[in-house]
Amino acid sequence: MSVLAMRDVSRDHGTGAGLVHALRNVTLDVAEGEFVAVMGPSGSGKSTLLTLAGGLDTPTSGRIAVAGADAGALGPAARAALRRRAVGYVFQDLNLIPALTAVENVMLPRELDGVRARRARREAHRALEATGIGDLAERFPDELSGGQQQRVAIARALVGDRRLLLADEPTGALDSHAGEEIMRALRARCDEGAACLMVTHESRHAAWADRVVFLRDGRMVDSTPGRTGPETLLDAR
Amino acid sequence: MSIRHGLLALLSQGPRYGYQLRAEFEASTGSSWPLNIGQVYSTLSRLERDDLVTRVGADDEGRFVYRITAAGRDDVLAWFATPVARADRPRDELAIKLAMAVTTPGVDVRQVVQAQRTATLRTLQDLTRVKAAAPAEPSDQGDRAWRLVLESMIFQAEAEVRWLDHCEAFAVRTAPAAPPGAPQDAAPQDAPIEETSR
Repeated sequence: MSVLAMRDVSRDHGTGAGLVHALRNVTLDVAEGEFVAVMGPSGSGKSTLLTLAGGLDTPTSGRIAVAGADAGALGPAARAALRRRAVGYVFQDLNLIPALTAVENVMLPRELDGVRARRARREAHRALEATGIGDLAERFPDELSGGQQQRVAIARALVGDRRLLLADEPTGALDSHAGEEIMRALRARCDEGAACLMVTHESRHAAWADRVVFLRDGRMVDSTPGRTGPETLLDAR
Repeated sequence: MSIRHGLLALLSQGPRYGYQLRAEFEASTGSSWPLNIGQVYSTLSRLERDDLVTRVGADDEGRFVYRITAAGRDDVLAWFATPVARADRPRDELAIKLAMAVTTPGVDVRQVVQAQRTATLRTLQDLTRVKAAAPAEPSDQGDRAWRLVLESMIFQAEAEVRWLDHCEAFAVRTAPAAPPGAPQDAAPQDAPIEETSR
């Protein structure tokens, strides 16, 4: 099942001579358990794609469904609720709150969801275990390496029922070893059923994805074939 | 590979004689691949045998002029359209293919670059799957050595993608405004201007 379904999505900015087609007729699905990477030169529409997928912006035309709910059919409040409930974000800048421990950082979105503290803490511990840093739960961000901090951010993005993870250059300024740690963590979360859409300019990181799509001038110009799933095997017979 | 395809690409721009082909080949490849005239003529005679070029008489100094045939054009277009398999001497052919793509009328450089980039990323995905299936920290010496070899292949593929990104940006930035008679593709170029200015 598609966790994210984008159909014929376009986004224009400006009007008249200043009109820019940031994204043109993009159709893209990210299935449960699928890891999709987006590559393209600066200004090709990668970040626009991600902000639209996350409901932080609305398309000029086309349809976007997240976890089966048509984002365009919802009012602003319902869309914000969908965004909080179903989507997690990982950015280049870690955005962990320095005064909170790792587990408190991960609990925060669940507490905002209205979940009681004890349950939120239990879920947060589970999410940290899943990204391989369960033993670091009580540390503060400045007591963690860059790679460990980013794994806290991934745990926070996927805590609770969040199924769609949107990542914008999640390896940022990390060295190649820490970058690989992050990719292993994302890969593992997808193998356990999360859907991940990641923007990156690093081909070595994009290569961890099941599928790499290429954007140019706001259009999807090519993609590597997806992983060989059961359907594909049936088709091949 | 592929003096043969290099010469065919040059001949697709019009009839040439041997010395001219050698000079243009070397100029197109930045003299990174010097040819001797014997290689040029032996390649031309094989191309002639395969009906990819024809000899169209001699100029007034007795030099043979060669012209590409329809089959030769198909052959060179197929070469441009087919990604180089990383298994066989990748970099040389790829560099020459791009050098030729830049100077051959009617070839969309970005298309050539993209076909290769997708193919190289597939290779990179395959290598990464092999790496992902192994534990993050290798357990013994044999595993460590193998991991280094794997990493070298990953780095090579990564470098190739970065170089392709650079070639694309370079080709877009330096493209002459619609060379006369060149573009067969009459599709409107309505790409946003901001892209080309980078």
